[in-house]
Amino acid sequence: MQRFKLFIPLIAFIVLAVFFFAVQKQIGSGDYNPENMPSALLNKSLPQFQLPDVQSGATIAADVLKNKIALVNVWATWCPSCYYEHPYLMTLAQQGVVILGVDYKDEPEKAQQWLQEKGNPYIAVLDDRVGKLGLDLGVTGAPETYVIDRRGIVRLRYQGPLEQRVWDETFKPLLEKLQNENSGG
Amino acid sequence: MRRIASFIFALLIGIAAHAAIDPFEFDNESQRERYQHFIEEMRCPKCQNQNLAGSDAPIANDLRHELRRLLQEGKSDREITDYMVSRYGEFILYKPPFDTKTAVLWLAPIIFLSVGVIVLITVVRRRSAAQALPELTIDEQARLRQLLQDEQQVTLKNDNNRRAEPW
Amino acid sequence: MTPELGHFALILALFLALSQVVLPTIGVFRRSEILLQSARPLALGLMVMLSIAFAVLAHAFLSDDFSVAIVSSQSNSELPWFYKFAAVWGGHEGSLLLWVWILSIWSVAVAIFSRQLPLDMLARVLAVMGAIAVGFLLFMLLTSNPFARLLPNPPQEGSDLNPLLQDPGMVIHPPMLYFGYVGFSVAFAFAIAALWSGQLDAAWARWSRPWSNIAWMFLSFGITLGSWWAYSVLGWGGWWFWDPVENASFMPWLVGTALIHSLAVTDKRGAFKSWTVLLAIFAFSLSLLGTFLVRSGVLTSVHSFAADPARGIFILAFLAIVIGSSLTLYALRAPVVLSNAEYGWLSREIFLLLNNVLLLAAALSVLCGTLFPLAVDALHLGKYSVGPPYFDAVFVPLMSLLLVFLGIGPSNNWKNNRVHDLSRRLLPAAIASLIVGAIFPIAYGGHFHWGVALTVCLAGWVIASTLQELRNKLRNAQTVATGLRRLTPAYYGMVIAHTGFAVAVVGVGLTNAYTQERDLRMAVGEHVQFAGYDFLFAGTESARGPNYVAERGLLVVSSNGKQVAELHPEKRRYNARRDQIMTEASIDAGVFRDIYIALGEPLENGAWAVRLHLKPFVRWIWFGGFLMGLGGMLAAADKRYRLLRRAEAVSESVAAAI
Repeated sequence: MQRFKLFIPLIAFIVLAVFFFAVQKQIGSGDYNPENMPSALLNKSLPQFQLPDVQSGATIAADVLKNKIALVNVWATWCPSCYYEHPYLMTLAQQGVVILGVDYKDEPEKAQQWLQEKGNPYIAVLDDRVGKLGLDLGVTGAPETYVIDRRGIVRLRYQGPLEQRVWDETFKPLLEKLQNENSGG
Repeated sequence: MRRIASFIFALLIGIAAHAAIDPFEFDNESQRERYQHFIEEMRCPKCQNQNLAGSDAPIANDLRHELRRLLQEGKSDREITDYMVSRYGEFILYKPPFDTKTAVLWLAPIIFLSVGVIVLITVVRRRSAAQALPELTIDEQARLRQLLQDEQQVTLKNDNNRRAEPW
Repeated sequence: MTPELGHFALILALFLALSQVVLPTIGVFRRSEILLQSARPLALGLMVMLSIAFAVLAHAFLSDDFSVAIVSSQSNSELPWFYKFAAVWGGHEGSLLLWVWILSIWSVAVAIFSRQLPLDMLARVLAVMGAIAVGFLLFMLLTSNPFARLLPNPPQEGSDLNPLLQDPGMVIHPPMLYFGYVGFSVAFAFAIAALWSGQLDAAWARWSRPWSNIAWMFLSFGITLGSWWAYSVLGWGGWWFWDPVENASFMPWLVGTALIHSLAVTDKRGAFKSWTVLLAIFAFSLSLLGTFLVRSGVLTSVHSFAADPARGIFILAFLAIVIGSSLTLYALRAPVVLSNAEYGWLSREIFLLLNNVLLLAAALSVLCGTLFPLAVDALHLGKYSVGPPYFDAVFVPLMSLLLVFLGIGPSNNWKNNRVHDLSRRLLPAAIASLIVGAIFPIAYGGHFHWGVALTVCLAGWVIASTLQELRNKLRNAQTVATGLRRLTPAYYGMVIAHTGFAVAVVGVGLTNAYTQERDLRMAVGEHVQFAGYDFLFAGTESARGPNYVAERGLLVVSSNGKQVAELHPEKRRYNARRDQIMTEASIDAGVFRDIYIALGEPLENGAWAVRLHLKPFVRWIWFGGFLMGLGGMLAAADKRYRLLRRAEAVSESVAAAI
C-alpha cells in the first residue's frame, strides 16, 4: 500500500504524456492547429451594418443576404494573399456561390480599380474604410471568409486565402449540409 | 505581423520589434490608468503571445484606438470587456473569467497547496507517532551508526573549531 | 574545416555515447572493473567529439559558409563576429548542439571531480548521462542536422540573425540557461544511479548537493540575464511576461530551488530521501518538458521554434522513455520506510518541507497555467489565454507565505525548538519589518499602498531575521571578525541567496507599484515635465551601425535645472531584414530608479512619438537574482564537500563490509 503512493508521479506523467501524444498526433494529421482561431460570432447572428457599396455608393444593409446561404469575404487591396485568392473567388462566383465582399480598411478608388481589372465575384462590396464592420466581425486581418446560413447566422470563419483544397475540405461539406438543413425544414 | 514580447530561449521565427507607442491624450489620470490596465491585460488576437501594449500589429493598433474611444465615451470596465469578448472571444482576456471551464485553472493552485499541506501534516504526525519504534533493520542501524561516527571523526579531525551549522 | 567533418564527429559522438551507456552497464552487472573504468574515457571522448562538432559549426558561422543551411538562415556577412558566434545557438539545430555539448561538459566534470565516488556509482551516473546524450544525438542526426547543406547552389548571403538577438545579452544568456537546465541532469543521474544501486543514503545527497547548487546557480544567472535582456531590448519596459517559454525555464528553477533545500535535509539529517530523489527527477524532467514545449509547436509563444510535428513526436517519445522509466524505477525502488531522523513541529526540517510544498505548488501552478489553454483548446472547449494576471494572482500569496517561513526557517535548529525561544529571537525582526513596511509607502510614495507595504514588510522580515540569526551565530565569538571567519561558505551562500531573494522581491513589488509611463508626442525643442524630471527632445539624427542604419533621438533629462542624463533611443533598420524595424531603448540606470526612453513613430513636423518610463527599483530585480546565483555558487564551494571525501571512502568500506 505504501509502495502504491510512489506510483502517483508515474501515473500523473503517463496521463500528461498521453495527452501530449494525442495533441501532437492531431497537429501532425492537420486535425488541430493551435493557431486556428474560432470566431466569437460562431452560431450567432451576423452583426448589423449599413455601408455604402464601393462601386455604386448605394447603402447596403444586412437584408441583402436575407434567405441566402452566402459567403462574406473580407479583403483589401493592401493584402497580398487577397491577390492570390481572387481568381478562386471568381471561379466560385461562376458556380453560383453568393459572396458579399467587405473591403476592409482600404481606399475605395483602389478597390474599384481592382474590381475592374480583375473582375467582380461579389454581389456587393461594402466600403468598410474605417474597419467598423471588421471590428464587429472580430476580423484580425485579411483575407477572412465567413459562411452565413439562411437565417443570417455565422456558421464558419476561415482565416487565410480560399483555394480549392480548403473549399473541398471545409466549405463544401458545410454548404451541402446547410442546403439540406433548409430544404428539409 | 508577429512581434516579439519576450526572451528566454529567444530562438524565434519571424518578427519586427518596436514598441507600440501611441501619444494618446486622456480626459483624466484614472482614464489613463484604466487604458494602461486594459492594454496590458488584453491579448493581441493575431499575435503569437503578446498583449496589446506590446504589439504593433495593425489589429493591436486598431484595438488600442477602440479602447480609447470606448473609455472616452464613458463606458464602464465591464462594458468594455464584454464589447471585446463578444467580438474576439475569451481568448482576448489574459485573465480568464472564473466559470465551469476555467474552475480547474483557478482552483488548481489552491488544490496543490492543500494537498501539499495535508501530506506534510500526515508525514509529521506519522513520524511523531512512530518516533519510538525502531524502523531500521539491525544491519542498517549498525551501518548508520558507523556512518555517523565516521562522519564525526572526520569532521573533528578537519575542523576543530566549532563551526556554525550550514544548511 | 568542412561541415561534413562536424557531421562525422556527431555520428562518432553517437557511438561513443552508446558505448558510454552500454559498457559501464555491463560492467555493473558483470562486476567488471575494466568495463566500469571505461566510463571515464568514453565521457571524455564524447566531449572531444562534440567539441569538434561545435567548433566546426562555429567556424562555419565565423567564416560565413552560407552553404550550411542554418548559417544562411541565421547569419550574415555584415554581422559583427561575436554575434556570428552567438548565432550558432540562434536557432533550433545549433541550440540542440549546444545542449548536448554542455551535457558532455557536465559529464566530464563529473568524471573529473568525483574521483572519490565509488567506481560503480560513477559508472552508473555516466551511463545515465550517456543515455540522455544518445537521445539528443539521435534527435539531432535524424530530424535536425545542424550541418545540413544547401548544395549545389549555396546562397551568396545569409538572411541574418534576428535583430532582437543581436544584443550582448544573447551571447551569454542561452549558454547560462542551458548550463543550468542540463546541469540538473547531474542530480538526475545521481538520483537514478542511487535508485538503481539501492544505495539511497545520506552520502548520495552529499554527492548531489554541490552539483545541484551549481546547476541552480547557472539557471538563476540565466533567467536573470534573460529578464534583463528582455527589458533592455524589447522597448516597452517589461522584464517578465509569463510566456510559455519563460515558464519552461522557470519551472525547473522552482523545483531546483526546492531540490537544493530538500537535499540539505537529506544530507544533514538523512530524512525525506524518497522525496528528495523525486525532486531530482522532477527538476530534470521539467527541463526536458520545456525542450519539448518549445520545439514541438504545441504552444503558441513568441519564441518557439518553427513547428515541426515530426520533431515533436520524437522528443515526446524520448521524454516518455527518460521520464517514464525513471519514474517507474522510482516507484519500484524508492524506500517506503521512514528514516529514523527525529524532528518536531517547530524544527528546521518542517520549515524546509514547507518551502518544498510552496515551491512545488508554485511550479505546478505555472505548469497548469501554461498547459491549460492547450488542454481546453485540444479538447475543443474553447480558446483561452492565461497570462500575467493569473500568474500574479497565484504567485503573490504563495511567495508571501514562502517569505514568511523563510524568515523563520534558518533561525530554527534541526530536530526541534521551543516556541518561546524562537519567538524571543524573532520578535525584534518581526516588529522592525512591520514598522518599516507601514512607513515606507508613505515616506516614499506619499500615501499608503498595500502592495508596497506587504513587499517591504516581507523583504524586511527576511533580511532582519537573517541578520538577527547572523548576530546570534557571532554571539560566542570573541570578536566579530573571528566569528565571521568561522562561518562556512555554505552559510554565507545561504545568507546571500536569501538576501538576494528579498532584494528581488523589493524590486518586483516596487517596480510594479511605482512605475510611471507616458506615451507622448514630442516636437523638437519641446520640454515635458514627467515624474519629477524635465525631458527635452533635442531632435533626431541619422546614425549607422555595422549592419544597420538608425534614426537616433537625443533627449536631455534634467532635474531641478541640473542635467541628469543624455539619452539616445534609436529606431534601427537592419540591412538584411529591411521589413523589420527595431526599437533600441535608451536607459539611464540607477540604484533607485531607471529612466527608460523608447522612440515610436515619426509624426508630422519633425515631432516623434516617444515613450517615457520611470521605473523605480527595477535594477533590484536583477541584482537580487545575481545575489541568489552567487549564493548558490558559495554554497557549492563549501569545503565540507571536499573534506568529506574521506568520509565517503570510509562509508564505502563500511558498506562493503556489510
